Amino acid sequence: MIQFLLNQELRQEDNLDPNLTVLNYLRNERNKTGTKEGCASGDCGACSVVLAEDINGDLRYRSVNACLTFVSALHGKQLITVEDLKHQQNLHSTQQAMADCHGSQCGFCTPGFVMSLFALQKNTEQYDQAQTSEALAGNLCRCTGYRPIYEAAKQSCENQQSDHFDAQAAQTIARLKAIKPLSNTQLTGKNRHVYLPTSTQELAERYLQHPDAHLLAGGTDLALEVTQFHRTLDKLIYLGNVSEMKQITETDGMIEIGAAAPLTDCYSILSKHYPDFGDLLHRFASLQIRNQGTLGGNIANASPIGDSPPLLIALDAKVQLRQGDKTRLIPLEDYFLDYKKTVRQSSEFIEKILVPTPNLATFKAYKVSKRLDDDISAVCAAMNIEIQAGQVVSARLAFGGMAAIPKRASHCEQALVGQAWTQATIEAACGALALDFTPLSDFRASKEYRQLVAQNLLRKYFIETTSNPDYLITRVTAHV
Amino acid sequence: MSNHSAPELSQTELESAFKANLKTGVGRGIKHESGDKHVSGEALYIDDKLEFPNQLHVYVHTSTYAHAKILNIDTSASLTMPGVVSIITAQDVPGELDVGPVLKGDPLLADGIVEYYGQPIVAVAATSHEAALQAAKAIKVEYQPLTPILDVKEALEKQHFVQDSHQLVIGDSASALEKASHRLQNELYIGGQEHFYLETQVASVMPTEDGGMIVYSSTQNPTEVQKLVASVLGISMNKVLVDMRRMGGGFGGKETQAAPIACLCAVFAHLTGRPTKMRLPRAEDMSITGKRHPFYVRYDVGYDDDGRVSALNMELAGNCGYSPDLSGSIVDRAMFHADNAYFFEHATITGYRCKTNTASNTAYRGFGGPQGMVPTEDMFDAIARKLGKDPLDIRRVNYYGIDERNITPYHQTVEHNILPEITEELLATSDYYARREAIKTFNATSPILKKGLAFTPVKFGISFTNSFLNQAGALIHIYTDGTIHLNHGGTEMGQGLNTKVQQIVAQVFQVETDKIQVSATNTEKVPNTSPTAASSGTDLNGKAAQNAALIIKQRLIDFLISHYHVSSEDIEFNNGQIKVRDTYLSFESLINLAYLNQVSLSSTGFYKTPKIHYDRTTASGRPFYYFAYGLACCEVIVDSLTGEYHFTRTDILHDVGATLNPAIDIGQIEGGFVQGMGWLTSEELVWNEQGRLMTNGPASYKIPAITDMPNDLRVTLVESRKNPEDTVYHSKAVGEPPFMLGIAAWCAIKDAVASVGEYRFHPDIDAPATPERVLMGIESIRKQSVQKQSNRKQTNNP
Repeated sequence: MIQFLLNQELRQEDNLDPNLTVLNYLRNERNKTGTKEGCASGDCGACSVVLAEDINGDLRYRSVNACLTFVSALHGKQLITVEDLKHQQNLHSTQQAMADCHGSQCGFCTPGFVMSLFALQKNTEQYDQAQTSEALAGNLCRCTGYRPIYEAAKQSCENQQSDHFDAQAAQTIARLKAIKPLSNTQLTGKNRHVYLPTSTQELAERYLQHPDAHLLAGGTDLALEVTQFHRTLDKLIYLGNVSEMKQITETDGMIEIGAAAPLTDCYSILSKHYPDFGDLLHRFASLQIRNQGTLGGNIANASPIGDSPPLLIALDAKVQLRQGDKTRLIPLEDYFLDYKKTVRQSSEFIEKILVPTPNLATFKAYKVSKRLDDDISAVCAAMNIEIQAGQVVSARLAFGGMAAIPKRASHCEQALVGQAWTQATIEAACGALALDFTPLSDFRASKEYRQLVAQNLLRKYFIETTSNPDYLITRVTAHV
Repeated sequence: MSNHSAPELSQTELESAFKANLKTGVGRGIKHESGDKHVSGEALYIDDKLEFPNQLHVYVHTSTYAHAKILNIDTSASLTMPGVVSIITAQDVPGELDVGPVLKGDPLLADGIVEYYGQPIVAVAATSHEAALQAAKAIKVEYQPLTPILDVKEALEKQHFVQDSHQLVIGDSASALEKASHRLQNELYIGGQEHFYLETQVASVMPTEDGGMIVYSSTQNPTEVQKLVASVLGISMNKVLVDMRRMGGGFGGKETQAAPIACLCAVFAHLTGRPTKMRLPRAEDMSITGKRHPFYVRYDVGYDDDGRVSALNMELAGNCGYSPDLSGSIVDRAMFHADNAYFFEHATITGYRCKTNTASNTAYRGFGGPQGMVPTEDMFDAIARKLGKDPLDIRRVNYYGIDERNITPYHQTVEHNILPEITEELLATSDYYARREAIKTFNATSPILKKGLAFTPVKFGISFTNSFLNQAGALIHIYTDGTIHLNHGGTEMGQGLNTKVQQIVAQVFQVETDKIQVSATNTEKVPNTSPTAASSGTDLNGKAAQNAALIIKQRLIDFLISHYHVSSEDIEFNNGQIKVRDTYLSFESLINLAYLNQVSLSSTGFYKTPKIHYDRTTASGRPFYYFAYGLACCEVIVDSLTGEYHFTRTDILHDVGATLNPAIDIGQIEGGFVQGMGWLTSEELVWNEQGRLMTNGPASYKIPAITDMPNDLRVTLVESRKNPEDTVYHSKAVGEPPFMLGIAAWCAIKDAVASVGEYRFHPDIDAPATPERVLMGIESIRKQSVQKQSNRKQTNNP
């Protein structure tokens, strides 16, 4: 049985298909059709809804894609949809702003934009264009060209007024506390099961009992199995309530990130130590996806085009794996074996990710894709090179999109280490890079382009580390 | 709103109201009539409607070959699956199988042969969407593969066409090319475009007691859906009602492509007697339905030292996909726009309708026009690089003249050409020449990032080129409380048509738009409608509604004349009040009085566009009532190491005649520009070698997202410029023309790339200019530069 607030209505659901998405739950089970399906793949944002959670006595509002969120993720939270914003026949200030600014034309994407704007308004004090772009990058509009939507965001953020959610906040928090997730919870429907452990210990035990279960963290990739490939997931273990695995801590020389921590939560600490990591996270899918998707999930699904593994490998990150009570720590670069194959054993899961700090080398990361917002990389590159007295002391370069797994460029690294930091060395290293990878051609990019871009990114790294960054701008993202 | 409780106003109050102005009439930037419902989630789309009891859901099994004979269809496993009610193939369609809109060639379900990957073969109706999907997946089809043609150039070479070719000729291009002082040739591939309306294709159908159907269809063309539903069922049109309240975007993609969905539902509803709904998931929508036509173009141009074109030979090969659909008119429109804004004294423009084994390509905003303009704009860039001049200067010397040099290749005279004049205006406000110099300086000192700038015009012909379509109807009722009900033949897809038509009727009666209810487009209200397409929605339906309103207004005036014994000069309508000589009465009072005096308060309206004609045998005439003009100046920054880019500023000056609603017009211009920019930049359709569309969802097909909007987007309407033609309140159509402003974005990227070779070489970058094509273009320019330098060295050091 799961419990959540559907706006202010307490729902206790004990017979729901664990493969049911929040979108289909709303539209088909609750007849709330304001939330739209535009793609059912988390790429258009028409289904955006907001989840509110009690975080230490404060309500935290986050936008998510209802199409990729299974109902189990609602447990213990408040689900807010576009229908809930209008209050006593008055439009909410974000709705009013969208209407006033001509932010809707056909109107089909509009509920999703309104919900993203609502979450933005709740998470900001004043209007900021960059923050607006980030909040709305996961919402596609085909009609307006977006300018009036920026206007609506401005109006929403500048004319903030207390709304009925604020007025009911204390009550909402009390009600959420009353339905706080408890251990040994499960939801069953259509002969499918999802277990919702609340501790790592419980998770480890469940996974030992059910080695055939799918681990469900943010679900932003796993849910595609259901919504796009029309398969069923008969047994799931949902990690979102394992609070230990959502912790992010910093100790001397190490950042420890729980595998179930959403990417949004990873941003501040990673960008503090590694600004390029932060910049890349801004372009990692969309805010709705980052609010759900986890760093652990991005590693565990072992995609050759996941954006975080190359960066983590270049930083020599490690993963702690756990099976029952046994844990082991392995370098992330050893985790991936082949396409979608990893060293993870039966009933073994990633417990946390360890990222070393400080870093004597200069870390830079690059993402190249057709579109700047919410796109999958043609090439993702991370370079962590230490130069002392004009000589390369160490070099860790890792690439995504270039092979069946995220992988270091070992020939290239060898061509760099011990050499003088010069254009000639770079050209030699570019030559060596061609030996490291034999990329594939697909609809994102040709192998020729991937190879050339990988080399050019090394050339760019060289220019960036040898020029004065104050006057030399080298990335188009700086002009966004 | 009840009139009974409204207090009667005094004559003084009525007079003061009469002297004020309407707040929502023509020219006011009021918001979309559904705006408040869009933002609250209360606006209903077809899939949001409460389901009927007993409703069936449809899913189709589609071809996994681009070209094959169907040997066997095995539905046995599916028939026994839970929830499955009916499974049909081509043989089960009771009436006409073909749903081709103009010419035949589009079977509702494949009949013995499949002609593209994704073509529907079998349809399943089940009690839930999920059950229908699983049953459709379980169907087994055996094929005998045939050789497909997937490439438009191959189809051109093999003369594999869906329709005959057509040619526009002015002067004698062959001999003029021979005499030209300079000459260049080029070829270009222009990509297609997925509409990506946010609401995918959907229809819901309910059988009636008369053996007919009530059809809810997300369509731009209710009458055609009515006709085709009747045709596939073998029943008469008067048994089919089509109702269309709103679409979640159309862009041309629901002009013909909506009908098969409605027809499949109708067949099941007919066979089972149950209400039936079909909604395409995104991947199926993108794989099954047609898109903007990709084109292959080659041109041969002669020009003088100033870059003035003396002769042009251009061949435009449209990739029509497997069937004619609307391709005849689309390739025509490409040919009609190959001149864009420029006079060609000697030109031969040939259009081919190539048949390939892909989904049948269809209408998409601009309807071939953009594909005709792109090669011409490419040509001016190429000439500029050869002559070492600014591309804009080449464009300007080729502009149509005002009183001379103003005959198009189809022999229509370009009248009221405002381009030279508005070019001066945008040059000043965009500070073009100063920025051009600043960019050259920037590029000389920036090793990685390069800026580019382009300034391109649009001249777009307004009217359906299929002349008979230029007609429309409307229906207005006024009720005794003074409120108005309005229907017209156009469809609302977000473009604000209902709002504009409401404003037009408001203006005629001098009442506010909140007194005017527009309801769903409905074939029982207004019959025999043309599709809402060709930017014509307001021009046609606005005029028809105005006609209906004026008929009723005239009756009211005639009534007042006889009732008050006054003449027509004594009567004036303004701001909800009517002045009859020295007496004022409210609109509500007038209506009530007219009713009591037995005046008819309901009328239809009709409109047909005057002046237009075209003779295919001589390839000449006046296919367009008038032209809409626009200009865009676009600046981009390009990463010369990766090919990535971002647009930093765009200035647009666009001509909408006398605007009916500036907010809606600006919305169309901004949205059109960004959509055009997307077409030519990040939106890339990729098929694999088997003809399967690989970019079949927003994860792989990238339409512009919010950051892609230029940082600084300045859109201005050309001011105080009425349409000289007698259009509705002298406005101009605005749906399609701004789309082609996006060509400036493509040219700006190529300008940035050309900077890598000191602007001496023309980058051959096909459309869309993805980062990959941009980087490969840069590499090619770098190689040409090195080659030229080494050639020079060799010449200098023999």
